[in-house]
Amino acid sequence: MKLRTLLMGAIATTAFTPVVYADGHEGDRGRDGQLNIIYWQAPSTLNPFLSGGTKENEAASLVLESLARFNEAGEMVPWLAEDIPSVDNGGVSEDLTSITWTLKEGIVWSDGTALTADDLIFTHEYCTHPESGCASVSYFDGVVSVEAEGERGVKITFDAPKPFPYTAFVGAESPILQKAQFQDCLGARAPECTEANFGPIGTGPFVVSDFRPNDVITYVANENYREEGKPAFATVTFKGGGDAAAAARSVLETGEFDYAWNLQLAPDVLDRMEAVGKGTVVAAYGTSVERLHLNQTNADPALGPDKRSVFMNGDNAHPFLTDPKVGQALSMAIDRELIVEVGYGAGGQPTCNVLPAPALYASEANDCLTQDIEGANALLDEAGWVDTNGNGIRDKDGVELSVLYQTSTNAVRQDTQALIKDWWSQIGVETELRNIDASVFFGGDPGSPDTFQKFYADIEMYTNNFAGVDPEAYMANWLCSDIPTPATQWQGSNIQRFCMPEYDELVEKMSVTSDLEERGELAKQMNDMIIQSYSIIPLVHRGNPSAHANTLGGVKMSDWDSELWNIADWYRIKN
Amino acid sequence: MLTYTIRRLVLSIPTLLFISIVIFLLLQLAPGDPMAQVPLTVPPEVKQQMREALGLGAPIHVQYWKWLVQFFWIEPQVFVDWLTRDSFFFGWLPDTNLYTGQLRVISWQTRSPVMDIVVQRLPQTLWVVGMSYIVGILIALPIGIYSAYRQYSLFDQAGTFVSMIGFSIPPFFSGVLVIVIFSVNLGWFPSIYDTTHVVTDWASFKVQLNQMILPVMVLALQTTAQISRFMRASMLDNLNQDYVRTARAKGLKESVVVLVHVLRNSMIPIITVIALGIPSIFGGAIITETLFKVNGIGQLLLTALFANDLPMVMTLTFIFAVLIVLFNLIADVLYGILDPRIRYD
Repeated sequence: MKLRTLLMGAIATTAFTPVVYADGHEGDRGRDGQLNIIYWQAPSTLNPFLSGGTKENEAASLVLESLARFNEAGEMVPWLAEDIPSVDNGGVSEDLTSITWTLKEGIVWSDGTALTADDLIFTHEYCTHPESGCASVSYFDGVVSVEAEGERGVKITFDAPKPFPYTAFVGAESPILQKAQFQDCLGARAPECTEANFGPIGTGPFVVSDFRPNDVITYVANENYREEGKPAFATVTFKGGGDAAAAARSVLETGEFDYAWNLQLAPDVLDRMEAVGKGTVVAAYGTSVERLHLNQTNADPALGPDKRSVFMNGDNAHPFLTDPKVGQALSMAIDRELIVEVGYGAGGQPTCNVLPAPALYASEANDCLTQDIEGANALLDEAGWVDTNGNGIRDKDGVELSVLYQTSTNAVRQDTQALIKDWWSQIGVETELRNIDASVFFGGDPGSPDTFQKFYADIEMYTNNFAGVDPEAYMANWLCSDIPTPATQWQGSNIQRFCMPEYDELVEKMSVTSDLEERGELAKQMNDMIIQSYSIIPLVHRGNPSAHANTLGGVKMSDWDSELWNIADWYRIKN
Repeated sequence: MLTYTIRRLVLSIPTLLFISIVIFLLLQLAPGDPMAQVPLTVPPEVKQQMREALGLGAPIHVQYWKWLVQFFWIEPQVFVDWLTRDSFFFGWLPDTNLYTGQLRVISWQTRSPVMDIVVQRLPQTLWVVGMSYIVGILIALPIGIYSAYRQYSLFDQAGTFVSMIGFSIPPFFSGVLVIVIFSVNLGWFPSIYDTTHVVTDWASFKVQLNQMILPVMVLALQTTAQISRFMRASMLDNLNQDYVRTARAKGLKESVVVLVHVLRNSMIPIITVIALGIPSIFGGAIITETLFKVNGIGQLLLTALFANDLPMVMTLTFIFAVLIVLFNLIADVLYGILDPRIRYD
């Protein structure tokens, strides 16, 4: 899909709006009264730059907006900007070192003053101030300057060619603050501005009327909102606290609330609640994939700390996991559908790709969805892995197919481990299971032997994803140079120690390609290379389940932006 | 008695300082990172910058000293200013304007003053937990008295049974149970407490009452269980005393014997027990508050613990320590006032 197509899509959406209106929910602003939202983790502040947490970003997204947002398909939608700049329409310079956005005409803050380029220039200054500790500072990576151009233009200049320049001021993590409100809050003074942090002035459909940290937020409709007749709700209560089950109950069973967020519950619990018939469970799929990483280096405990799980330029290869045939057999033996059914329900789909979305980047070359124990057995026989000593475990040249399989402590993960252990025993692979407390496993302490980076095991399982819609930085995770080693204090994102010069070349190529379709092709190729090396075995594409009342219309969940990104379009369905 | 009180008050200062050091060091030793809840997609170097912005880099003794100054010197200034400016009792005094904008105790989660949030949270905690305490006592006393008077009767056995239930069923079970029965199945009461609700008239008072019933019920069950047991035991001790026989022998009515002579003497230890329980009202009820989303002090402490918000946890636990020390003193003094046999001087 080219940008032009995306734009056409956006235009088509606008053209479609009257049809939606004909549905019978047009009318005055605030016609539908009260909307109740429950987030069981309560927001602590409404300044997303000071927190970085999802709950704060989403609560702030009712008020603060950015130039463009991502819809439910991960496509960019112009929001405060007139259109999405590209090389074709002249918005992005030929050498890819600058992008020029044009603000929509007549946009005002909720206090009635006009939104200008000054506010964007200030937001950049605010977030990149060295003492501010801004959570979104990486969105301004490589930005040299932000300047006004003409009446409504804003030019962002980068220090090097930036093939995907849509990071600063795009999406829920990088919104625009009002200069007039925040100008005395730069750097170390940021925490002193409690009033501004708790009630930022924005351009969004709602205005904060009361903020109680970690408890509840009340909003009222923004009288200066740019679209006539929106939002449909006059007031919003954004309640926090409790737990996921209670939040689900309040929407699905008692009907006290209209929308509940992040309901990672056992599938049968959620199903039973949904059966009451007051609400619907919806899920947004981003890029989170639960996967197995197959250690490509030798993790034998007998090796010393300088050798165990250390790549050593390929001289310390794993005795059998570097053989794609073994990996393929392990993957074929897994019934992903069953894993989803047992542990994920509405919150997961089986997947065969480590990069499952957005559609533009998702490969279709891999097929793994049907379990094939017989095929796996045949494959191992053919590769010479047979049980020569009669202990029920396949071996070759004195090496037994026996793995240590670790993950973090979590009920769903332990269920998955047990299932997989059983399937692997059916193909003659012995599995030892281990689980480690999440705070240690993901803690990154270089002194601990149990971190996922150190990978003192043969196979480990966890979920990872990337923010935004562009996979360039994510795919660069698997460069040879990103392998964690003692020399780097075990920092590095190439956890399974995958190294392929051809792959590195593709990463290099992607960093200079700006055409979206070509980038998509490159990402697919890289995904396929990793999958077909069987150093990563993807299991489940994980979604974020939320629930909304059956009387609430217009919900379009997006995992690429705030879930509440289109709250201005929400309305009450009346019978 | 006065010298005793003053001596105890002076002694409590080193006690509280010691407690504050212990809390501070324990929190420092506990593993945890205030950035743990920030998503994996935020790069590690950005997280490091955020940590530095919170002041985590400073040496431990500097952090402790800062907290001491903020809590004992700057916060009282803010409090006195508030008293002379906005409060009902002292608002007529001239504005003191002591506070000149120094850094107060700042929460890491919200980047706002901890005490402001505590003040914001107190009303719902006092309403719900305080009300349940009062309700619990009002139910417990008659049960305790009558159970003791008719020991081993059917009523006593039933009372014992209910108390055992109150003791042994934790609120995370009874709370969910009443939600399932009364909110989900019957739909009588809300399962989520609305902290923004303001009582202005009869109708809104009924709404407030409605949303308070379930949490108060769950909490009062526990208070009732404890206090009715104490009351019963204390009554039993006194009922067999010689002075009771004397009272009956001189022809007093049974109601006077029980409710005046025996009850007054039995109340001495009970009042101490009740006074010692008051700090726990301010401490909130962590589990019940979370279950019903009352979002009072207890829930505040819980979220602060999860978020590793050390200044918030430190300040809250220290306030609890102050209250416990204070109410211990009050209980001791009350004991001396109620029982003329006890003299401290």
